Parts: sequence; C-alpha cells; structure tokens
Amino acid sequence: MDLIQWFAAPLQHGFMIKAILVSALVGVVCSALSCYMTLKGWALMGDAVSHAVMPGVVIAYVLNIPLAVGAFVFGVGSVIAIGFIKSKTRIKEDTVIGLVFTGFFALGLVLVSKIKSSVDLTHILFGNILGISDADITQTVIISAITLVTLAILQKDLILFCFDSTHARSIGLNITFLYYVLLSLLSLAAVAGLQTVGIILVVAMLVTPGATAYLLSDRFDHMLLIAMASGVFSSVMGTYISYHIDGSTGGCIVVVQTLLFLAAMIFAPKHGLLVRSRNSQTVSESDANQ
Amino acid sequence: MNSVSIDIENVTVTYHSKVALHQAALQLKAGTICGLVGMNGAGKSTLFKAIMGFVKPVSGKILINGLTIRQAQKSNLVAYVPQSEEVDWNFPVSVYDVVMMGRYGYMNLLRVPRSCDKKAVRDSLERVEMWQMRDRPIGELSGGQKKRTFFARALAQQGTVLLLDEPFAGVDIKTEKMMITLLVELSQTERTILISTHDLASITTFCDQVVLINRSILAYGKTSEVFTEENLSRTFGGAVGDFSSAKRQVN
Ligand SMILES: Nc1ncnc2c1ncn2[C@@H]1O[C@H](COP(=O)(O)OP(=O)(O)O)[C@@H](O)[C@H]1O
Ligand SMILES: [Mg+2]
Repeated sequence: MDLIQWFAAPLQHGFMIKAILVSALVGVVCSALSCYMTLKGWALMGDAVSHAVMPGVVIAYVLNIPLAVGAFVFGVGSVIAIGFIKSKTRIKEDTVIGLVFTGFFALGLVLVSKIKSSVDLTHILFGNILGISDADITQTVIISAITLVTLAILQKDLILFCFDSTHARSIGLNITFLYYVLLSLLSLAAVAGLQTVGIILVVAMLVTPGATAYLLSDRFDHMLLIAMASGVFSSVMGTYISYHIDGSTGGCIVVVQTLLFLAAMIFAPKHGLLVRSRNSQTVSESDANQ
Repeated sequence: MNSVSIDIENVTVTYHSKVALHQAALQLKAGTICGLVGMNGAGKSTLFKAIMGFVKPVSGKILINGLTIRQAQKSNLVAYVPQSEEVDWNFPVSVYDVVMMGRYGYMNLLRVPRSCDKKAVRDSLERVEMWQMRDRPIGELSGGQKKRTFFARALAQQGTVLLLDEPFAGVDIKTEKMMITLLVELSQTERTILISTHDLASITTFCDQVVLINRSILAYGKTSEVFTEENLSRTFGGAVGDFSSAKRQVN
C-alpha cells in the first residue's frame, strides 16, 4: 500500500507527470546515443560538447530562437575548433579538448551574468525539469524524434564507423558525414539532457547507460535495449526520489544511473567483478593442481 | 579477358614532405596474384593506402578497372584487408556481424540483408571454416580465427580486386595454407590479388607475379624472372643478413 502511495502521490501534480514523461524520453534518447559514445570512446568529447553548447543556449535565449539551434552551432563549432587547433599546433588532443570546452563554457558564464534576461543560470547548470515549459517540452520531443529516427536509419553505418572506420571508407561510405552526424546528434542530445539534468551532469546521461549496458552484453542490439531500459528506469526513479526527498532531480537521476552501473560492474554475468574473480580463482586453482 | 585491372601510373606519396613512395608505376592484369615484397618501411602499406585513396598521392594516378578508386569502391569492386585491423576487439559484434559488414555496399540505406547477402556471408564463413563459430563475439576468437573472420569479410565483398597487406603476419600455418588455397581459387575466377608478405618461400609457390619495392618499384614481373640474387639484394638494401636468409628461402 505504501509503495502504491509512493508511486501515486507525485502523479497528483501536473508538473510531476510532465517531468516524469520528459525525463523518461530524454533518458531513452541519451541512452541510445550513449552506446555509440561508449564504443567510440567519445566520453571526453561528450563532456566537451555538452559544456561548449552553453554560450549557444544563452544567445538563443536572447535572440528568441530555439535553444537547440544555438546549442547545435556551438556544439559543432567547438569540435571544429578542437580539430583546427589540434592540426595547427603541437598540443595533444586531450589538452585541446580541455581548453576549448572550458573556454566556451566560461564565455557562456560571462554571457549569462551580463545579459539580463529570463535565463536562469542554475537552470542551465543543474536543469529545471520540474518547471519545464510547454515550449521546452515541444522542443525536447522534436529533438528526440530527430535523434531516434536518425539513429534508427543510420544504425548499421554508425556501428561500422565506430567499429572499423577503415572498412567503412573502403566500401565507399562517407565517414566525414557519419562523424558529423554523430557529433550533431551529440549536440542535440546535450540540449535535451540540459533540460533534465543540466549542463554539468548531461555527460552522465550520454555515457553511463552505455557503459552499464556494455558490461551486460556482447551484442549491440542487446546493449542498445539494456542502455535504453536503464536510462528510462533511472530517469523515472530519479524523478520520483527527488520528489520524495525534495532533492535535486538531475542529481537523483544520475545517482540512480551510477548505482545501476556499479551493480552491473559487480554482478554482470560475464564481465562482472564477481565472475572475473571466480574465474581467476579457478584458473589459479587449476594451476596449483598441476 | 586480359585487361588491366590495377593501373598505377607514376605515383608519388609523401608524408610531411618526406617521400615514402617515388614514381611507382605498375599494371596488373585481371586474374593475377601479385606478391609485394620489401623491407619494413619500404612503402608497401603506403602503396595499398594510395590504391585505396586513404593517402593522396602528390602526383600520378591510380585506376581500378578504368574507374577512380571512389567509383570502384562504390561499385563494390575492391576488398582491402589492412595490415592489422585497428578495431576494438571488445566491441559487441559477432563473427557473423563482421562478415555481414562486407555486404553493406550491396544493401539499401537501412542495410537490411537480403537472401543473397546471407548466402554470401554463409559461403565465405564456410570457406574459412568459421561458420560453426558465427555467433561468437569477436573478442573470444584466437588470432588465427580473427584473421579468418576478416578474410571472410573480404571474400563476402565479392570484389574483383583483393588487396591484402601482410595477411600472414602472426597467423598459424593452417590458416595461412587455407588462405593461400582460397587466393589461388579466386585468381582462377579472374580476380586480381595484390598481397604483401615477408614469406618469400611461399610467394614462389602461389604468386605468378611479384613486385620488389624499396621506396620505389625496383623490379616487377614474373616471379621466376624477378627473384634474382641481384634484385633481392637491391630490395633488401644489400643487408647481408636479410639477403642471405631471403635467398635461402627462395632456394
Ligand atoms: N602516417 C604516416 N606518417 C608519417 N610517415 C609515415 C606514415 N606511414 C608511414 N610512414 C613512413 O613511410 C615509410 C613507408 O611506410 P610503410 O608504407 O608503412 O612501409 P611498409 O608497409 O613497407 O613497412 C616509412 O618510412 C614510414 O615511417
Ligand atoms: Mg606495412
């Protein structure tokens, strides 16, 4: 009875229903993309892009154009900047990524603090899912649809691009196109994630579900389903928990995601720590027997 | 059919203005197996990458069956097996998935396999004796099985030109023998094969042509005519150790 009450109580509020649905949708989208991010080793890139969209978001607010457009321009722009600096100087890539995204992010902070508008810094940094406007919901739905449809159409090509880009080139696929598609989707997903968990934590949405699923599966289609399931579960549970403990929604969502990851890390049937230590024990025992 | 399948005309490739390949010229007819021989750093991989369009020559041109490399790739004419697959072996794909990737060029945008694609994948996997292991994640394969999987992918592409960069490096004898048998079969169906290898002894058994390379093409022609003491000494820079062991292998 208590449990039913626990789940039912928040649903009396319209804003909670919206929050749960939107965060679930964002969970699906970011989780689907997170599989590619994990497999391509793009966690740092995800972090960079999600921070670099900040000035774009602020400028879009001011110009009254969709946030996604501003974020998109700056997200892709940051990656072009990273590529340019890397090719023109002798500085290593991780250093370039670090300095570009903090530079963009700092510019965003300055813009927010100087431009008096309805932009609330804490909402951008930490998300504002409980107070999400209908316009933002519409935008999230559009972003989600674009991302999911693109991923569905290009799934095989993107997997091949992540797995073996040399082969992708050798059969005539345009890998520059695929690179920018993945990057554009990353920028869009960062905007969607920004609404729910905020810029600071959005990289968790774009990495953790994929990493969790990676430990639980050796097949891409399974990995995708597991990632999306864990993403939706975390979003919904996190929103519920934040309601009951009156805590940060974004924080709760990411904590749940992290707990799921830790559980997978320990208990995963094939790649978990328990199985691994049992396997290495059997190996050393059989060594001892010989 | 006796047409030129791979046409390389005066190709020069540089890396940061350092010449890796100078004025290479080579014409391979359909149905030949050509061995590519040279020391480490001689430019073998560079030649393959130039043919594939992965490095852009500063001069010269390369045609495959009269087409540019982009056109040839889009028409599924060329299969390329790089020196070492730069792939993540923990990637969640199975042997079957990998070989199916060889068929993407034949499929629609969604890459939905048709029955001819499934048949090609099955045939290729059976030829390298990997069909039983089709559902294995690639991370659980031995070195030889990995090589056979990627070789099967090249077979599944059903191209007319096959480029193999040191396919026998670190491979067990059984796999090497199997691959050589398959290559000979392929050449009998008018496929053109260019293969780099350090195994000079085996080259004489299955390659009808050979190219000696050391930053430029030193000699090229029938295996028996090109594999002379003088040519080999030029190829291996007169390095005594290399040369005498090479000669021993040939004899
Ligand atoms: N990406 C690269 N950048 C700079 N130099 C390269 C690159 N790839 C190859 N080289 C140089 O070009 C020469 C030929 O290399 P390569 O074609 O790999 O030789 P091989 O395959 O015959 O061992 C070598 O001196 C090598 O150091
Ligand atoms: Mg090489």
